Amino acid sequence: MLAYTIRRFGQSFIVLVFMSFLVFVGVYAIGNPVELLVNPQADEAERIRATAALGLDKPFLEQYWGFLKGAAKGDLGKSFVFNVPALTLILEKLPATIELAFVAMVIAISLGIPLGLVAGLKPDSFIGRGIMAGSIMGFSLPTFWVGLVLIMIFSVHLGWLPSNGRGETVLVAGIPVSFLTMDGIAHLAMPATNLALFKLSLLIRLTRAGTREAVLQDYVKFARAKGLPQRRVIGVHVLKNILIPIVTVIGLELGSVIAFAIVTESIFAWPGTGKLLIDSINQLDRPVIVAYLLVIVSLFVVINFVVDVLYSLLDPRVRLGGAAAAH
Amino acid sequence: MAEPARVEGPWVRFWHEFAESRLALVGLALLALVVAIAILAPVISPQNPYDLAQLDVMDSKLAPGEASGTGKTYWLGTDDQGRDMLSGIYYGLRISLGVGIASTIFALAIGLVFGLVAAYFGGWVDTLVMRIVDIQLSFPAILIALVLLAVLGQGVDKIVVALVTVQWAYYARTVRSSALVERQKEYIEAARVLALGQARVVFRHLLPNCLPPLIVVATVQVAHAIALEATLSFLGLGLPITEPSLGLLISNGFQYLLSGKYWISFYPGIALLVTIMAINLVADQLRDVLNPRLRK
Repeated sequence: MLAYTIRRFGQSFIVLVFMSFLVFVGVYAIGNPVELLVNPQADEAERIRATAALGLDKPFLEQYWGFLKGAAKGDLGKSFVFNVPALTLILEKLPATIELAFVAMVIAISLGIPLGLVAGLKPDSFIGRGIMAGSIMGFSLPTFWVGLVLIMIFSVHLGWLPSNGRGETVLVAGIPVSFLTMDGIAHLAMPATNLALFKLSLLIRLTRAGTREAVLQDYVKFARAKGLPQRRVIGVHVLKNILIPIVTVIGLELGSVIAFAIVTESIFAWPGTGKLLIDSINQLDRPVIVAYLLVIVSLFVVINFVVDVLYSLLDPRVRLGGAAAAH
Repeated sequence: MAEPARVEGPWVRFWHEFAESRLALVGLALLALVVAIAILAPVISPQNPYDLAQLDVMDSKLAPGEASGTGKTYWLGTDDQGRDMLSGIYYGLRISLGVGIASTIFALAIGLVFGLVAAYFGGWVDTLVMRIVDIQLSFPAILIALVLLAVLGQGVDKIVVALVTVQWAYYARTVRSSALVERQKEYIEAARVLALGQARVVFRHLLPNCLPPLIVVATVQVAHAIALEATLSFLGLGLPITEPSLGLLISNGFQYLLSGKYWISFYPGIALLVTIMAINLVADQLRDVLNPRLRK
């Protein structure tokens, strides 16, 4: 287990450094941020001064080396636009994104698994077909368009829900959260639903497919033959066995929810990291783009690792890293 | 069907199995309609939305069904530049479908070659290719595409490059896994015994037998590519304003949504939805028909 962890993080570290290089090269090629930052009337001397102040006059490799040295100390550079450390900027916005992703995931799980179970147990019934049709819709509807339609209905037409921002927040352990105030919940409702929709469809499909396979298995037939009540057969025997792939997918999708939050945040003006990224791309704020990617990639690495460990705990047949994990 | 004594050919059987699902037929019909509209856009559009001479600012933001000063009726309304939404959607479909199909073809070709090579040669080639595929697939497609487009800038060619980059890995993985199975079979051994060239064995013998699962993945991926392009264009990172795809049309209308002018965003979204759903319905049925495990 320890050897596996070390090897795994070693690999991830190499990926991170490689990624940072690629991103750095890429971002370097986007364009000259000085053009956007200085006054259009500025003369040549002023431009050169601004370029030097941002450290952009140095050769590329020197800039990258400087970045790596800083990164090792936890310093990912300063935002060109806000003139504060990029990492601080991202960490400030991260709670909003995580809150949104988390609530979306809770919605998707608490609706997706029960609906998928129903659709899987009665695949040919009216309800089962209805759920599947809904899930095909959920797959086909582009997330951003659903967001617009939600705003159209609930903000413009009915006037029930606010269309942008986080609303009132309260501090929990020093971190502002929205879901504890009524105003916050009203602001959270649409973006979270929007973000949850695709994952909900995915979970319905997965649970349905797993259930359909599981009910044909001998252990389910045996449990039924023993005379166990239907509730126990489904709640324990079926659910426990279909949960393994579902937990994996939920874990893996957590990363993609955070990535897709970029779209949802842009629509609902949710002040999270995704919106920050889009703004930074438009303003050529290189350090923030690079820092965002490094933070998000690190987050993915950790999530994937936790999922793998969880997977091996849930399913004893899976052994991480071969012999290293055997006791 | 006219001569019942005849044995069904593979294509006829394929069609019969496909036609078993009425939903899939609906999907196919919708898809045919969408493709026809995309191809015929210049002929059937009431207006050329790119020709500024045909646009009248006086007609901007008209509601669906309203008539212009010259007596033309805009059935789906107009956008902020007085562009007929119906024509805009027809032309937008052309671009969305074109981008989706082009990127799928390129990604398929690249993924195919890498997947086949990895499976056929095995060893370090396989490890290297699959490691890259694994790493890439561990990141959400939208994130990779977003960063790529931030670097590359706007344009049809750029968005195709970004979509190909995020998609090839799916094909590589699919081809490899089916090629690994096929490689063990006797006909490959027979081809080798005949001392045929390696390229011939790979592309003439191995490849055709790996195609069925690929066709399914490719169909689904066209829908994904269209949705991804629309999303990126919506975020302002995909196509330039001069070539509005459906995503860009929706994005244009977003700023007018809060003032109740819903049609600028709403109808292009419906077109997008119908396109993606039609492809998904066809793909679902293709998966069932081409899955050998479900063969009766």
